[in-house]
Amino acid sequence: MTALATTRQRIGAVIAAPVKLLASLANAPLSYLQRKTGTSGMAAFFLFPNMAIFGVFVLVPLVMNFLYSATSGSAFFLADRTYVGAEQYRRLLDCVNYLDPSTCREDLFWKAVRNTGLFVVLQVTMMTFVSMVTALILNREIVARGFWRAVFFFPVLLSPVVVGLIWRWILQREGLLNYVIYQFGGVPHEWLTDRFWAFSAAIGVSVWAHMGFYTLILLAGLQAIPRDLYEAAEMDGTKPSRVFWRITLPMLMPNLLVVIVLSLIRAVQIFDEVYVLTGGGPGTSTLYLTQYVYEVGFASLLRNPGLAAAASILMGLVLVVLTLVQLQLGRRNEAKGARE
Amino acid sequence: MNRALAFLTRRRGGAGWHWTDIVAWVWLIAGTVLMFGPAVWLVGSSFKTPAQLAEFPPTILPYVNQQTAVEGHDKPLTLYTATLPDGTRKVLAEIRRVGIVSQMVDPENPGEIVRVNIADRKPVREIGFALNNYVEPLEKNDFLLYLRNSVFVTVMATLITLLTNSMAAFALSKYQFRGREVVMLLIVGTLMVPLSVVLVPLYSVVNAVGLFDSLWGVILPTVATPTGVFLLRQYMLTIPDELLEAARMDHASEWQIYWRIILPLTAPALAVLAIFSVVWRWNDFLWPLVVLSRKELYTLQVGLNTYAGELNVQWHFILAMTVVTMIPVVLVFVFLLWFITTGIAGSGLK
Repeated sequence: MTALATTRQRIGAVIAAPVKLLASLANAPLSYLQRKTGTSGMAAFFLFPNMAIFGVFVLVPLVMNFLYSATSGSAFFLADRTYVGAEQYRRLLDCVNYLDPSTCREDLFWKAVRNTGLFVVLQVTMMTFVSMVTALILNREIVARGFWRAVFFFPVLLSPVVVGLIWRWILQREGLLNYVIYQFGGVPHEWLTDRFWAFSAAIGVSVWAHMGFYTLILLAGLQAIPRDLYEAAEMDGTKPSRVFWRITLPMLMPNLLVVIVLSLIRAVQIFDEVYVLTGGGPGTSTLYLTQYVYEVGFASLLRNPGLAAAASILMGLVLVVLTLVQLQLGRRNEAKGARE
Repeated sequence: MNRALAFLTRRRGGAGWHWTDIVAWVWLIAGTVLMFGPAVWLVGSSFKTPAQLAEFPPTILPYVNQQTAVEGHDKPLTLYTATLPDGTRKVLAEIRRVGIVSQMVDPENPGEIVRVNIADRKPVREIGFALNNYVEPLEKNDFLLYLRNSVFVTVMATLITLLTNSMAAFALSKYQFRGREVVMLLIVGTLMVPLSVVLVPLYSVVNAVGLFDSLWGVILPTVATPTGVFLLRQYMLTIPDELLEAARMDHASEWQIYWRIILPLTAPALAVLAIFSVVWRWNDFLWPLVVLSRKELYTLQVGLNTYAGELNVQWHFILAMTVVTMIPVVLVFVFLLWFITTGIAGSGLK
């Protein structure tokens, strides 16, 4: 243990040496700055780099997005674009029957909306269920708990491209899944060129990739439940199912809500892994909103940045509502924590 | 063996088995297979030649047919275990195949040709790694370049993230100034604005500042992470102000307070942010896809997607490069595992 600690210290010292040198070189000019501007000036100095990058690459684009959505043309420079008011929104929302995308002027957008809606509902339900069961099991008194916990977290670290490629490789016609099915006497299937199965694969793969993260949040909640509650229930001879519904679930509710809202926010923006897995196909069966924005804005020949901006603002509105709910939940949890 | 079994099946409570224990173990073991299986399958497959990849039934480990040089033949011949008409089995090398009859020779005795029905022979297999899957894309297909770009983006973005986020967090946690709440609100507010929402205008901003089609155009928009500022600020709030006051009494400059007191004390949070940042930036896909157009600037993720999107997918190369793309993330995973098991992370989180 001590040997480990000294090794770590030594590695730290080697990494820190050049940083220390740079920092001490910066001290002289910065002390001068401090004498000139005072302590409050230094606060501004510390804030400046982050806020400058933040302003240029987050705030400015945020404002510009509205300008883009009010102009038309395929040019990217705002000066070359013509002002059309709410025309792009009108175009997006122009529908005879909102339930049938083919009656809409922008049928692709509505297909993406419908797909995303269905995906969000099914994926979040499945995600919550699977991570809940896993968290409950990991919370039991089992051998090598740390190891099992890590097992389920592993795919969270993988990149969406890697996730998409691994599963494309497994689900293809000559892939592992078909081999296993064949071994058990089933009929091999073209998973990714079948509308239903491609959609299901998109849900399954995204649950596979992210469930570990939500499991950790739920596990933290489970471990925070006071032991004496369970001991009291045991003394009273309460049935396990009743313990779950009356103690575990109510006590876990704050974490469960966080999981649901966070996975909702993530599911609305689904893109990377599904794009690599299916490319939005077959047809438009796995085309989701972010891919629509990307393709209309950049990839298609008839690119229309204004339309893409308008669609992304509509998507952003949904996300704003969801995030406000999440922050509200966080605040309530904090208040509860302060009370206890 | 018995003791090992007893250890594995022992329950902490000491009570007997309940049906939920069985469900739990089935879930854990199925989960392990499902979580690690695809990655193990990928790594195994990445060492196979195209011919082996097309093989049915597939094997986890890469096998190749054993070959040997036989006197009187220019090319090495494939070895088979053949069952001869008299029932004996022998290792023979195949010269050629005519219909369903294979003409074979004993490598020890190359003169005599033995005719064997092809149903009565099986190739001799050994484990062999098709390292060419790794060498060729790295050498010929720019993947070394993509790897370098990815490393550059990840390292630079992480360093800048750590520096700028910690400076901002220091200002927001240890100074009182007007507008502090507004700045915090702005930062929290942008949690709502993921990149996919501002894709179009961000593209034009990056164009306008001349960073289009450059690696810095990939790096800079991602470094001012609200999560990082938030995390570091929460951590710095726990550092007592008296420490800073004491340093000021000793005429330390504000900059010295930042890097000699605040930064070392924030090290655990900085480490967490560094790990996050490395994984995020290494895995980034959509933004590099939009901002990079020259092929030699592609990151691994974009390059991989481009190659996998070709009409004639060369899976043996794709799989190998997918493994390369996984390496840093697996290292992070092992590091985290080691971190958890040595109990360092456990102290503060319970």
